[in-house]
Amino acid sequence: MSAQPSASLAIRMMDVSRHFGDVKAVDHLNLDIYDGEFFSLLGPSGSGKTTCLRLIAGFEQPSSGSILLHGQEMAGVPPFERDVNTVFQDYALFPHMTVGQNVGYGLMIKKVPKVEINRRVTEMLEMVRLPGLDNRKPSQLSGGQRQRVALARALVNHPRVLLLDEPLGALDLKLRQQMQIELKAIQQQVGITFIFVTHDQEEALTMSDRLAVFNLGKIEQIGTPAEVYERPTTGFVAGFVGTSNLVKGDLAQKLTGSNQTFSIRPEKIFITSLDKYVTEDMCSVTGTIRDVIYLGVYTRYLIEVEGGTDLTVVQQNLEVTSMDVLSARGNRVLLVWSKSNNRPLVGA
Amino acid sequence: MATVPTNPPQPSLMRRLGAFFFRHPNWSLVALLILPLFWLGVFYLGSLAALLTQSFFRLDGFTGRVIRQFGLETYQKHLFTPSNMDVIGRTFLMALAVTIMSAIIAFPLAYYMARYATYRTRGILYLLVLLPLWSSYIVRVYTWKIILSQEGVLTWLLNLCGLGGVLQAVLSIPGIGGSSLSFSILGTFIVFVYIWLPYMILPINTALERVPKSVIEASSDLGASPGYTFRHVILPLAWPGVVAGSIFTFSLTLGDYIIPGVIGNSSFFIGQVVFVQQGTAGNIPLAAAFTVIPIVIMAIYLLIARQQGAFDAL
Repeated sequence: MSAQPSASLAIRMMDVSRHFGDVKAVDHLNLDIYDGEFFSLLGPSGSGKTTCLRLIAGFEQPSSGSILLHGQEMAGVPPFERDVNTVFQDYALFPHMTVGQNVGYGLMIKKVPKVEINRRVTEMLEMVRLPGLDNRKPSQLSGGQRQRVALARALVNHPRVLLLDEPLGALDLKLRQQMQIELKAIQQQVGITFIFVTHDQEEALTMSDRLAVFNLGKIEQIGTPAEVYERPTTGFVAGFVGTSNLVKGDLAQKLTGSNQTFSIRPEKIFITSLDKYVTEDMCSVTGTIRDVIYLGVYTRYLIEVEGGTDLTVVQQNLEVTSMDVLSARGNRVLLVWSKSNNRPLVGA
Repeated sequence: MATVPTNPPQPSLMRRLGAFFFRHPNWSLVALLILPLFWLGVFYLGSLAALLTQSFFRLDGFTGRVIRQFGLETYQKHLFTPSNMDVIGRTFLMALAVTIMSAIIAFPLAYYMARYATYRTRGILYLLVLLPLWSSYIVRVYTWKIILSQEGVLTWLLNLCGLGGVLQAVLSIPGIGGSSLSFSILGTFIVFVYIWLPYMILPINTALERVPKSVIEASSDLGASPGYTFRHVILPLAWPGVVAGSIFTFSLTLGDYIIPGVIGNSSFFIGQVVFVQQGTAGNIPLAAAFTVIPIVIMAIYLLIARQQGAFDAL
């Protein structure tokens, strides 16, 4: 399902494993990332996404398998010889240096002339919207500003691949949403491959061209945000990317005529009255509303259907008030949805 | 209905005292500091003042009595003599050399402890570093005299490795050499470094443990070789720890009179002169004046250290 087969490969991971003792942090991983992509590694903590990033950066060495960076084998190549730069989760700014010295560090190592360093540092600080802060120390900056300095410090070197390790994790919600938009804009402006680690599925869906969903050191699914959300192939992906109802066993048999487990998104299900007419292309099941959670824009219902399964249903509060929805608890209802929204899952 | 006593129970003395301090925060500070201030004021600063005062008196050379008259005669006539300048210079250079050598030995070990050692190994290493401090300093110094002597285990070991000639060559270097290691300035130096090394390891270790791993990785990630990272990131961040450790090694060497008395070529150090002047010679004013020298050197040193941020690493 490669999105850009014509673009050249930035990263190729072939059967890569990284074991820490008995723990398989990354387990037989295969991954292709193309030049210029915004690629996210999405997964819960401990799923191996950060280890995967550290393998690319060179801070970890694979226990087996091989990593190619623009076609070059990376085995035995130390981090300081790799044309990638990292934005660290804790930003890792040098506390004893000014903002200007932090951003200019990589250029200083490459022995770029001083005048040129100053010019590029100024230019880069303008791009991350921190002009004139050259002489501040990192301790004098806010979290959001430090994050931008860390980004500038990495981007000023024009790496071919930029690695971002949950860079927005420490920011508050509003700032995080703003930075998501800015990061995406900067990525399109500079055209560098971004590999972005996050545990926030909304962040991954918002920003990525493609994403890989990690679980227990393995990749569950790779695809565009729409593909992964609309067509999850495993139970884990269906549950981790957004929320899903998993329907299995007898209920699945009754609804689809096959006992293969399928997932159905809460927003695809409609709550109707018991006498509603149901067409051939619809699934329908009766149930009792067990719980109602009023969330302003929409309401989440927990409905117990026949066979004891609980289904989550989300309905927008279009023409109902909080009084209406909260009084619905205990009601007998009919749930209907289009059969085309059922997603059969493998290995679940 | 049974009758219940209406008065609530009286709070205990401790609780009433606590409430008093809560209402009068200044009194709680007084209570907190009264003992240490008394100790520092009377015993520490008091004895220091007495010492300084003594240094401005002088000894009557004929009667051997201290003349309690303020003046600079002791400093002018007796302190800055060529032989005494020799002692001051020797002590200063020794303190400097011991400090530098301690830092060179301590840094890699502290780095290993902070960066690579497992929790268990680190505990063992802390124990090994601190263990010698539990035994008597005098015993350890005399043990070194035996180790370094002509018939000692070190000479024997060097001969066994065929390095006896190297030892003889080193011992024949004028200035630091001598008849054997235990009778040479080099031996004094070795024992000084051994005795004060823990005081250098611990502050450097503390400073290094505060350097986040990610900062070192970031330097490497931005293209810096390990050497460049050491010079531009690790050393600057650990520098306050090195300076803090050097305060100990430098000042302790500057004032010590046991080690050069037991091990060395019997050339004097400041501490020994002070000891001899106030003990054997009974010249308290000159002994006091001699003590002022390390105090002045340390005052200057501490000013520089503070400017280097050493007090943040203690």
